[in-house]
Amino acid sequence: MTERQGPDASETVVTPGGTRIVRSEEFIQLLTPEGERVEAEGFTYDHDDATIAANLRHMVLGRRFDTEATALQRKGQLGLWPPALGQEAAQVGSGAAVADLDMIFPSYREHSVALMRGIDPLDMLKTFRGTAMVDWDSVAHRFHLYSFVIGTQALHATGYAMGMQRDGVVGNPDPADNGAVLVYFGDGATSQGDVSEALVFAASYDAPVVFFVQNNQWAISEPIERQSRIPLYRRATGFGIPSVRVDGNDVLAVQAVTEWAMDRARRGEGPTFIEAFTYRMGAHTTSDDPTKYRERAEEEEWRGKDPIARVRSYLLARGAIDQAWLDALEAESEELGVRVREGCLELPEPVLEDYWELAYATLPPGLAEQRDAYLAYEAGFEGEDAR
Amino acid sequence: MSETMTMAKALNAGLRRALEADPKVVLAGEDIGQLGGVFRITEHLQRDFGPERVIDSPLAESGIVGTALGMALRGYRPVVEIQFDGFVYPAFDQIVSQVSRMRFRSMGRLGVPMVVRIPYGGAIGAIEHHSESPEAYFAHTPGLVVATPSTPLDAYWMIQQAVASDDPVVFLEPKRRYHEKGEVDLTEPPLAFDAARVVLEGTDATLISYGPMVKTCVEAALAASTEGRSLEVIDLRSVSPLDDATIRASVEKTGRAIVVHEAIRSGGIGGEIAARLQEWCFYSLEAPVLRVTGYDLPYPPSRVEKNYLPDLDRILDAVDRSMAD
Repeated sequence: MTERQGPDASETVVTPGGTRIVRSEEFIQLLTPEGERVEAEGFTYDHDDATIAANLRHMVLGRRFDTEATALQRKGQLGLWPPALGQEAAQVGSGAAVADLDMIFPSYREHSVALMRGIDPLDMLKTFRGTAMVDWDSVAHRFHLYSFVIGTQALHATGYAMGMQRDGVVGNPDPADNGAVLVYFGDGATSQGDVSEALVFAASYDAPVVFFVQNNQWAISEPIERQSRIPLYRRATGFGIPSVRVDGNDVLAVQAVTEWAMDRARRGEGPTFIEAFTYRMGAHTTSDDPTKYRERAEEEEWRGKDPIARVRSYLLARGAIDQAWLDALEAESEELGVRVREGCLELPEPVLEDYWELAYATLPPGLAEQRDAYLAYEAGFEGEDAR
Repeated sequence: MSETMTMAKALNAGLRRALEADPKVVLAGEDIGQLGGVFRITEHLQRDFGPERVIDSPLAESGIVGTALGMALRGYRPVVEIQFDGFVYPAFDQIVSQVSRMRFRSMGRLGVPMVVRIPYGGAIGAIEHHSESPEAYFAHTPGLVVATPSTPLDAYWMIQQAVASDDPVVFLEPKRRYHEKGEVDLTEPPLAFDAARVVLEGTDATLISYGPMVKTCVEAALAASTEGRSLEVIDLRSVSPLDDATIRASVEKTGRAIVVHEAIRSGGIGGEIAARLQEWCFYSLEAPVLRVTGYDLPYPPSRVEKNYLPDLDRILDAVDRSMAD
């Protein structure tokens, strides 16, 4: 069961606070920060340059959307935004491993995956602008609603996977008849009971679910050392779940590892735990300030591992893309930026009238009375300035 | 066609019928399979429907409810059992933050048709955490339906109605009444799921109750009748939403109301009903609405529960005070 455990070159270190932790820098990597292709034991990358270029495009567009949304928040146009800067490879590589029958359960930061699933970026902004709850068709896009309670979706994903088992879409001879669930959460979420319970249920029932942890090193201001004394991927061993740590800034490695895990799940071989070792370059959300809790040098170190730069270098060196291709992508990116900037301001203002029917499948009479009273009260203001 | 059976058997039969009626119905919970649940409510259901539909869960309440939510998103209708009332709190976040509001937060796109079954209430001689009345927590949460039967007949039909509901239902089972027998008509549900029932008709005052206290209220009303007092007894059945029309009509008729429940008084259902009554029928009321409830304490050791739980005498005392005003 554990043949795919990542190489274990962990070491025990003592933090300045005196806490003993085990730190491991080993992971599966197929593309170095310098853009050099390397091999990793047990994992191959089977896709052509066109796929890699497509991933680069998704990463560039994802970063642009994220950058625009962050700017919109700074201008007061969004109430909050959780930036994903630096995590594009972890998201796009894993998102590229999703097939037709699969289902994704995100946390609230998987903006690049959402775009890959065809979700309108303006629909995503609604939640953060306060003009809607979560306003996309999660069934059509096979991308569940963002969850804002940390780790809660790990259980929903596991239950959904148990439903897939009962629907018979796991372990069929024809690979196209099989599906699995990919669930995202962060390093902080691994401290939550719900994530542990999800691992128990998934292991207990061999549920076809892949737990994808984006270890971006920081849970708001709390470093990973405050969450775990061992590398996160090794947590899964205690639940009997195979696990692997991957270079989360290497889109090739992330795709290869996630495809392996999703295939296992679809074949009926049970859950897998992936730790994508990455870094959040920005704030947790726009309401915190990373300069208060971490060193600039750390950010600079990770800047050198940028997930987009290495893929671009690799593809340019191979002649798979050229400046014209990059220019066209830049133009597409700019177009997305304009659409996001302008579209955000044009999002329709919500009215409470639309929300009375949403809490219950059948509107209770007492609630209908409250609605009617509200409407009558509001009607009394007609002709006055808008409230 | 009708049969005499206990509430426990009625629930078992109702769950069996729900499993038969819809292949998407699945049961999950601790010890519900081989053992049939600690109260045997699911007895033989795993044997007859298999472990894929009657699932023995790990000991993790948040996990039970959270994975059930995921199954509901996949098109299933999960019915989960929380073994005892006091163990629902680890699942509280899943119920109030996730299950209850999935429809709202998805802008109406996603329903979570699931049932959380909870044996609740006192008077079974249990130890700490095994006697709780958590209904007000759930009734305070939009998106949830909170229902509780008081008879085997209602237990049989209401559990099926709960499973068929497109809204998530917290289904509270009065465990002290599990083994009391009653007549169950197997052909036709007696009432709509959200309707209150006038159990006894009367003219002097209305006793409003639900779940385990309905029987106690009926006993009190019968005792009062020997003293020439005519009490109406209402079984709410649906604690949330409340059947306002039935409550209001009764109190406008009698002019006096006493709400009876085991749960803690402060912030309880009784306060909500008292507030509604003074809003609706202030001029019909002959006396303040009174409450006969548990005290603002955790359920005490079982040997003093008899002093904590409302009983016939406390109810009659409240009737006296109401009539004296």
